[in-house]
Amino acid sequence: MTDFILRALLAGLCIAIVAGPLGAFVVWRRMSYFGDTLAHSSLLGIAIGILLDINLQLAVIASSVLFAVILILLQRNKTLSTDTLLGILAHSTLAFGMLILSLSSAVQINLVGYLFGDLLTISTVDLWWIAGCAAVVATLLAVYWNSLLAVTVHEELARVEGVPVDRLHAMMVLMVALLIAVSMKIIGVLLITSLLIIPPAAARRLAETPEQMALGASVVGGLAVCGGLLMSYYLDTPAGPSIVVAACAFFLLSYLAPALLGRRVQ
Amino acid sequence: MDNLCLVQAKDISIQFGDRQVLQEVSLSVRQGQVVTLIGPNGAGKTTLVRIILGLLAPQSGSIEKPKNLRIGYMPQKLHIEPTMPITVKRFLELARHTRATPIDAILEEVQIKHLMDHQLRSISGGEMQRVLLARALSQTPQLLVLDEPAQGVDVAGQADLYQLINDIRSRHNCGVLMISHDLHLVMAKTDEVICLNHHICCHGHPEQVSMDPSYLALFGKKEAKNLAVYTHHHNHHHDLTGEVVEHTHD
Repeated sequence: MTDFILRALLAGLCIAIVAGPLGAFVVWRRMSYFGDTLAHSSLLGIAIGILLDINLQLAVIASSVLFAVILILLQRNKTLSTDTLLGILAHSTLAFGMLILSLSSAVQINLVGYLFGDLLTISTVDLWWIAGCAAVVATLLAVYWNSLLAVTVHEELARVEGVPVDRLHAMMVLMVALLIAVSMKIIGVLLITSLLIIPPAAARRLAETPEQMALGASVVGGLAVCGGLLMSYYLDTPAGPSIVVAACAFFLLSYLAPALLGRRVQ
Repeated sequence: MDNLCLVQAKDISIQFGDRQVLQEVSLSVRQGQVVTLIGPNGAGKTTLVRIILGLLAPQSGSIEKPKNLRIGYMPQKLHIEPTMPITVKRFLELARHTRATPIDAILEEVQIKHLMDHQLRSISGGEMQRVLLARALSQTPQLLVLDEPAQGVDVAGQADLYQLINDIRSRHNCGVLMISHDLHLVMAKTDEVICLNHHICCHGHPEQVSMDPSYLALFGKKEAKNLAVYTHHHNHHHDLTGEVVEHTHD
């Protein structure tokens, strides 16, 4: 195998391992639309990065974090429902991003690559970014796991028990923003949340505890990345959709397998 | 009654929009004392409790409690996301333990040790209330705050649950502040009843309150009569599964 596929594989595995537990929280807290919004807004980050001619990875991380902070602040003074707010932000940032990109026609960029992910674009520097950010998120998750879980299960109970609820909520949103920003290149803006949602959903059926679901999601995500990249390499399909299709297959398997096996036993 | 004062609320007022939900409400809970909040739906009982817990800021008035007061809170209900797999034991482990209290011992105290490895979503309403009580106890509380503890519990189970709360109060010598609709069941074990309808209508000893004209106006003569009737004792007792067992309390 060539170098670029190895880099993509390593990067994908880093993302999948962290996306498992983080995605479980996204599922439990019903934040999937939140993730979508952050992903869409990162295209605006790319457009601004190209416009200002700065490091694109930095531009995307900065814009994701900025939008995450805006979302946290807007959510606090509940004038619009979260749902509506996210809808407005998701689509207007995507539209602005596309507009800026089409107007700054001096640079030819691989738009499809950003929307759906491109294996060939993962450089060694990208790999370090991904590994570094994944390590930061994984460490935070491990350190604050029990508190994050307590806040997710019952916020007020956690608050009465002295858990810093608001700070943990902000940390959760920032972690999602960070992971989305670094994994955009490999999976793409439009598909990135699926790696946060599908593996935990697939692991749900077999899990008895939150930890089993989180780690199961990491395993499913890792397998989906391997399967998807192999498919992408051999069939020359785009990376993002291949990974998502593989994840989806695992999800279907986890839901159908118990039913099929159950029938056979009877 | 010179026990330690655990919490003192003074002249609490709060408005939601144009609606005055609480108007100059004052109350205090002392160590070993059971204070019961009663009142019709929408009277501001839960709002008052949330203010006392520090979950909500009052527009005027003050809450005084000793620093580092350990509070065990039992919320009205617990919604568990269907996507969240969690056992009773794991749920209790989520609590921030102020002192090392083994979960086994707490589960034994609320008599649900057999449910330890059950999924939280699979247990009954009555069992869930006991799990929530166990979570509150995991704080080794000096003050227990219970928001309708017997909600969703069958009639026989309600009496058991209130008996359990009373036992816990005497065993741990903690103060209890609870919201309850089950007047006839809690009256006997309550030191002070506060009848709340946006403001405090009347308060005092249960017998005293049940004779109070403002109480009768709020709940009607029928409810008051039920209280008088409920002085008899059952000669037997049901356990959690509904089996008749010999008398254990009293």
